[in-house]
This record gives sequence, C-alpha cells and structure tokens, in this order.
Amino acid sequence: MTLTLESVSKVVRGETHIHPVSLTLSRGSMNVLLGPTLSGKTSLMRLMAGLDQPTGGRILWEGRDVTGLRVQDRGVAMVYQQFINYPSMSVFENIASPLRIAGLSRPEIEERVARAAAMMKLTPMLQRKPLELSGGQQQRCALARALVKNAGLVLLDEPLANLDYKLREELRAEIPAIFEEAGSIFVYATTEPHEALLLGGNTACLWEGRITQFGPTAEVYRKPGDAITARVFSDPPMNFLRVQKRGARLGLGSGQEIDAKGPLAELPDGRYVAGFRPNHLGIEPRGAHLLEFSARVAITEITGSESYIHVDHGGDRWVALVHGVRELPAGAEQPVYLDPAHVYVFGEDERLVAAAPYAVAA
Amino acid sequence: MTEAVAARPTLALPGLRVSRSGIVCALYILFLMLPIYWLVNMSFKTNEEILSSFTLWPRQPTLRNYAVIFTDPSWYMGYVNSIIYVVMNTAISITVALPAAYAFSRYRFLGDKHLFFWLLTNRMAPPAVFALPFFQLYSSIGLFDTHIAIALAHCLFNVPLAVWILEGFMRGVPREIDETAFIDGYSWPRFFVRIFMPLIASGIGVAAFFCFMFSWVELLLSRTLASTEAKSIAATMTRTVSASGLDWGVLAAAGVLTIIPGALVIYFVRNYIAKGFALGRV
Repeated sequence: MTLTLESVSKVVRGETHIHPVSLTLSRGSMNVLLGPTLSGKTSLMRLMAGLDQPTGGRILWEGRDVTGLRVQDRGVAMVYQQFINYPSMSVFENIASPLRIAGLSRPEIEERVARAAAMMKLTPMLQRKPLELSGGQQQRCALARALVKNAGLVLLDEPLANLDYKLREELRAEIPAIFEEAGSIFVYATTEPHEALLLGGNTACLWEGRITQFGPTAEVYRKPGDAITARVFSDPPMNFLRVQKRGARLGLGSGQEIDAKGPLAELPDGRYVAGFRPNHLGIEPRGAHLLEFSARVAITEITGSESYIHVDHGGDRWVALVHGVRELPAGAEQPVYLDPAHVYVFGEDERLVAAAPYAVAA
Repeated sequence: MTEAVAARPTLALPGLRVSRSGIVCALYILFLMLPIYWLVNMSFKTNEEILSSFTLWPRQPTLRNYAVIFTDPSWYMGYVNSIIYVVMNTAISITVALPAAYAFSRYRFLGDKHLFFWLLTNRMAPPAVFALPFFQLYSSIGLFDTHIAIALAHCLFNVPLAVWILEGFMRGVPREIDETAFIDGYSWPRFFVRIFMPLIASGIGVAAFFCFMFSWVELLLSRTLASTEAKSIAATMTRTVSASGLDWGVLAAAGVLTIIPGALVIYFVRNYIAKGFALGRV
C-alpha cells in the first residue's frame, strides 16, 4: 500500500494553495504534516482524501491513478480538528455508519464497533448521542469511526488541537500504538513540533504551500535542510544571527568579532546565517568555549519550571530557554551565551551548509 | 381587566416592580385578546343579539352558527379546499427549496449571491401583481379552479422564503459533516435524508410553518384562481353578503375555525419561531 503524489498542486482563484508536491507514503507509516496555520496542511490532506481535485499532477494509490475518483470510492478515513459526528445518531450508529454503508452483516458490524469502542474507551457510552459526551469522548468517537473502516489511508487533521491539555497528552500517547495495529497509512497534521517528535514516523515540513523537507522525524529535526524547516520545526522558533566569515574571524551583525569555532571553522569565507535553538542559548557563562553576546531583555515568560527569556541582540529577537524561574526586568542588559557546537549554519540562500556536530553524530 | 384590578392592592413597596410590569403585561394581553374574544363571543350569539345590543358575553348562547358551517358543503368545503392546496403548496415548496438551499449554503457558483438576493425580492411584489398573469395563464391551459393552480401560484412566494429560511439553518451545520459522510461512503441523496435532514429538522419545521401560514391567509390569488371547485375558506368568507345582509354569527364562527389550524401549527413550532423570523440567522 502506497500513496504517491506526483507534482500535485492546487490553485484557487489564482492563488496558489499548494505548490507542486511530490511525496510517497508507504504502508503502516505515520506521516506528520508539520507547519504553521495556513501553510497548506489541510489543503494537502483534502487533496489526498479526494475532497478537492488537484489543479495539476496525479495521485496514485498502489500505483493506480485515483486523481479523479470520488471520495466515496476511495478507501480513506478522516478526522477533523472540530469534533465531527452525526448528532442525530447514537455513538454506536456513528461508529457503525461506514460499515453499514459498506453493507456488512449485523454480527460483523457489532463486533467491529465493539472492538473500536473498546480501543477508544467508549464502550459505556455507545447508546448516548455524541453531543452528550465530553469533547475528548466526541473526538474519540470520530477517531473510532475512522479506525473501524479499516481504510488504507487515515487522515487526521489536527485531531487533538481542540482538546484540553490533559486529554491531548492522553490521546497522543495512545494514538501511535493504535495506528501501529491498524497498518494503514496515517497522515497527521499538526502545528506543534513537539507533537511531531512524540509521534515519530516521518515528518513533512510545510511552509506557504511547499514541502520544505520530508524524512524521518528525528532526522528532519536534527538536520533541517534549510532555515525555513528549522524555523517551522522549533518551538519557540529558532534564533538566527547573520555572520560574516573572514579567515579565522567571524563578524557578527552588531559589529562584534569573534574567533570561528565549531562548524563555522571549516567553512569558506562569505556571508552565513547561524541558527540555534532556544534551549542552546543561556544566560550563564557555563564554560570558556561559549560565545558571549550582549543583549537586552525584552520579555520574560515563566512556564513554571522553565523561563523563556526574549532578548534583543542588534536587530534580532532571540529566545533563550532557561531552567528554573528567572525573572529579569525588561530593558536590562543581559549577556547571553551560546554553545557553538549547537549551531546550524545556513548559506545566504537559506540552505543548510553545516549542521551542528552533535546532530550529525546522532 | 380583572387581572389589572387584582394587581393594584399589591402596590406595597417590596412588590412594586413586579406588580407594575404585571399591569403592563395584563393590559397588553387584554389589547391582543380583545378582538379574538369578540370574535368568539360573536360566534356564540344569534344575529339578533349581535345587531341589537352590546353584550359582553352571549345572553342566549347558541351553536347554530357552527352547525351551519359543519352541515353546509359550501362552507365546510372551503376548509377542505384550503387545507388541500395549503398542504400541496407546503410539500412542493419544501421539496423544491431543500436542494436549492443546500446549493446556496454549500457551493459557490457564478452569480450565487445575486440569485440568492433576487429570490427574496420575489417576496417584495404584492400578490396582486401576479393575479392577472396567473389567471390568464391558468385559464388558457385548463388549470383554472384546481387546487394545484393555487398551490403553484403560492410557490412563487413560498419557495424563495423557504430557501432563505433553510439556507440559514443549513449554514449552521458544519460542512465537515457532509464531507465526513461522503468519506464514510454515503451517496448524496442518502446523506441528505439520513444525516442532513435530521440536523435541520427544526428549520424544515419553521419553513413549513411559514409556507403554511402564507398560503392559509393569502386571499387574493386564491380567490382569483378558483371559482367553485377549489374555493378557499378565505374566499368563502368574503362572499357571504347576501340579499338579506350579512350572516354575522356564521361569519364569526368561520373566523374562529380559521384561526385554529394556524394556532395549532404555531404551537408545534413555537420554540423555533424566533429563529425562523430571523430567516435562520440567529
């Protein structure tokens, strides 16, 4: 079972929603579409499902062209961000509905619904109406309906985004195991890098209707192919610093000059953009090898056990993730320290030219 | 009146506001109910009593007026005819309006907004405008004086109204439900009947109510397009002036009986009626 997109594109009223995308998803795989809102995750999913027709390109299912096929005739299932169930039917009938349409026998329907309900912990609620359930249960009902069908392609469009934190954690932990059992191709759209990392599998980073990178999730995270992917796949977003290399010296945007260390040392002279994640930027000089930058505190956000310190360095806004509660007054001068071993270097065209050494090793 | 008087003694300070609003409310209801009461009152009186004296309630209560209506075919057939064409009209209007409203709520097509507005402008023309063309057209194709003729003529006003109301209700149903059903394998007709219609059941009820009410009270077209076979109750009531003058009591009884179907229908859709008046856009 494979789903292949061959330079599939979507243009709506002269506006390009999806630039030509080529992608092959294979059987039993979990594929995460990661991108901010309006990056085209839902548009791409709708094309995969057959709800929308692509403007160009072909969609192949197991090598067969299904581009023009009605959604009813494709073996797909989909779960939306909103909890979509049939309000006038009981939970049992909701889960059973695709099986009834398929014309399965009554005992088989009952058996499969019971199994899906047990998996989604809905067994006691089968006779209730969806609107009498909590949000989490409603989404479980939608998930059960998607699973019971045994569709070859299951599309999950930010299925957990409207759930409260606790339920999200709970369902997120269950989903990969359930999917592994089903053996279908799963496509999971999310805006959260965190969620992509937890789900594993493959990740496609989306930015303004383009897939910037597709590969195993950990690899995309550790070796982002370009600055955009790195920005998308980092929360809070990656920090960037413009640098100019001249011999063994690095000129920084603010006129500061330091020795070229780490991945920068081997690069030819020229202009580069250095990227580093917030957790690699600190406010304490923990070692002599760290680079020191002068910066001014803009905001401090405290999440409980960690603090996000937003600082301005030259014209750039950086975020440092620091353990413990650190309350710094806004406007205060605060030197920040960066470990050059964790720096990604992007060329002027934003392509990755040198990954952080630890990432390469991993 | 009695309620208003009864409310006065409670003008003590703690209950001041309540009793004041009670008075206003009672007066309002009194004004609303007065004509209806007078109609009911008249329907139980004899013609002599109606014409000769001013009485607040029937001095010699009689059921003769109702007896006349239920025994004289020229009276009770008016109700039968009205009900036949009203039901026909409501059924046709809703059947036609459902798919149209779905198209307006779900698809974008060339000129959809203009067409949608144009539908409503149909309601702005008074029925009198259409009386002449309908009369001539129906006479020439042999539809004159049939129930379907009146039902179809009323569709001109009721289909746009039903489309507007239903579209408002349908817009409230997320599009994702349609898509989920299609993904589940439902064909469009099956989805529409099994899943979609239960979701907008109250909208269908409200639209049917408005079609029913318009068709039930509409006088001009129904009178123009029918002479005997399909003569409506409204037409019957306006043609009872005989050589001996008006039969006040029978007319009042006919009026009371004409109010009842409307009151019954209102009772069933009372919870949705506000939404219906806002054309589903609440």
